[in-house]
Amino acid sequence: MDYFLELFLGGLTRGSIYALIALGYTMVYGIIQLINFAHGEIYMIGAFVALIVAGILTIYGFAGISVLVLAAIAAIIWACAYGYTLEKIAYRPLRGAPRLSPLISAIGMSIFLQNYVLLAQTSDFLPFPNLIPDFEFMEPVAHIIGSPELVILITTFVTMILLTLLIKKTKVGKAMRATQQDMSMARLVGINVDRIISLTFIIGSALAAIGGVLVASYIGQVNFYIGFLAGVKAFTAAVLGGIGSIPGAVLGGLVLGWTESFAAGYVSSDYEDVFAFGLLVLILILRPAGILGKARKQKV
Amino acid sequence: MLKIKNIQTYYGNIQALKDVSLEVKEGEIVTLIGANGAGKTTTLMSICGITPPRSGEITLDGDLITGMSAEKIVQQGIVQVPEGRRIFPDMTVLENLEMGAFLRKNKQLVQQDLNYVMTLFPILEKRKNQLGGTLSGGEQQMLAISRALMARPRVLLLDEPSLGLAPLIIKQIFDILKQINKENNTTIFLVEQNANQALKLADRGYVMENGRITLVDDADRLLENDDVRKAYLGM
Repeated sequence: MDYFLELFLGGLTRGSIYALIALGYTMVYGIIQLINFAHGEIYMIGAFVALIVAGILTIYGFAGISVLVLAAIAAIIWACAYGYTLEKIAYRPLRGAPRLSPLISAIGMSIFLQNYVLLAQTSDFLPFPNLIPDFEFMEPVAHIIGSPELVILITTFVTMILLTLLIKKTKVGKAMRATQQDMSMARLVGINVDRIISLTFIIGSALAAIGGVLVASYIGQVNFYIGFLAGVKAFTAAVLGGIGSIPGAVLGGLVLGWTESFAAGYVSSDYEDVFAFGLLVLILILRPAGILGKARKQKV
Repeated sequence: MLKIKNIQTYYGNIQALKDVSLEVKEGEIVTLIGANGAGKTTTLMSICGITPPRSGEITLDGDLITGMSAEKIVQQGIVQVPEGRRIFPDMTVLENLEMGAFLRKNKQLVQQDLNYVMTLFPILEKRKNQLGGTLSGGEQQMLAISRALMARPRVLLLDEPSLGLAPLIIKQIFDILKQINKENNTTIFLVEQNANQALKLADRGYVMENGRITLVDDADRLLENDDVRKAYLGM
């Protein structure tokens, strides 16, 4: 039973990170029907910024969770700036172009950002300090769930609640939903859709940065390539749940996390990707729009 | 109040509006009638800044609005109820109405207008927590008009509000338009294919063919006009 619980919580942790990144894909897709392939790179840049800031803070004598919080804040701000700029220079000029053009632009930005970090930093894996201390109160359950997992779960949970409140209750959140449902009508009620699109990129980037910091701190190393791998998984999660749907991204992330965790635990860790992508294929056969996705009506 | 002078609007290389000029005076109800594809919707979208004209000018009280962004034009008081109603389907009726008041800051006045539209269309009060997409066509049209009213428009533009609705509902909606025009002195510019109803409601009318204005006159004179009767009234 303990083993099952361990896998369950491990899958939940992993899945909640996938969900966090998947939200960025799905929110952007929901508004401008673009798969932002450079989203994983924003996550990677978030992790790098956190590494640098954590290093500086450590030199100045900070330690433990305060470093994590400050590094995360720096990473979020930095990633938001990247996300905002990315949209402005790589996607906005292509608004109204055929859908393939921004997609190619996205792939280009992904490659560019990877290589930029490769040149600016290094191709080696850099050690990331373990910023999450082992809490004493976690001692009795440490064989099932560790302190880092707990921090990840709480952070992602709180972030998602805040995001839900933002989208459901605030004026700007409602404007985001309106823009997603009918962009030109949103303009006709006076919503500045360019600003809403920028904001969507900023929010998605903030979520990716939080994910990047948490994972880097958990795994203990960063590299210019981590964004690609995380991006592919999170994108899978978003498609699994139904791209464009926010609850779908969360559900897709969790389902993917659990699938991987149980496959690794009960079959073999070599096969976790086989199960993950096998599940994707299966769900796309049964429900092409994803678990919670709605088939878009095409206007003729 | 709203003046359009010699505008030309293109979709790519295709010219949809050819030298269109028209005027809507304060407090008037003016209708623009014409067949499918004549350019009626494009005229409205040009006014609203969605498909800005390539040349010519549009002024509101003498101030140029061509070249302004769509949201800026809404802010000037020109608000459109577009063709097909365009309700936000996954938002509640109340949220749709809130979106109509997106640019307004005074919460008290917004609440007042919310009560006002609910008295105009009591059905919306009943449906207020229902998703917009679940309403019937007539209810959606009422919601679309109410959403536009939430912006306190000075000029209300309507694109075929009667499309696909039962005659009884059309009558109800046109009566309300008359009432809005009387009570609030809201200027109304109505695009319609239902020429008979539109001309009965309006003070003046324009007839559009192939992107050009071909006729202008008082609405009751257009109703008597032989060409109009033949082409648009089926008589």
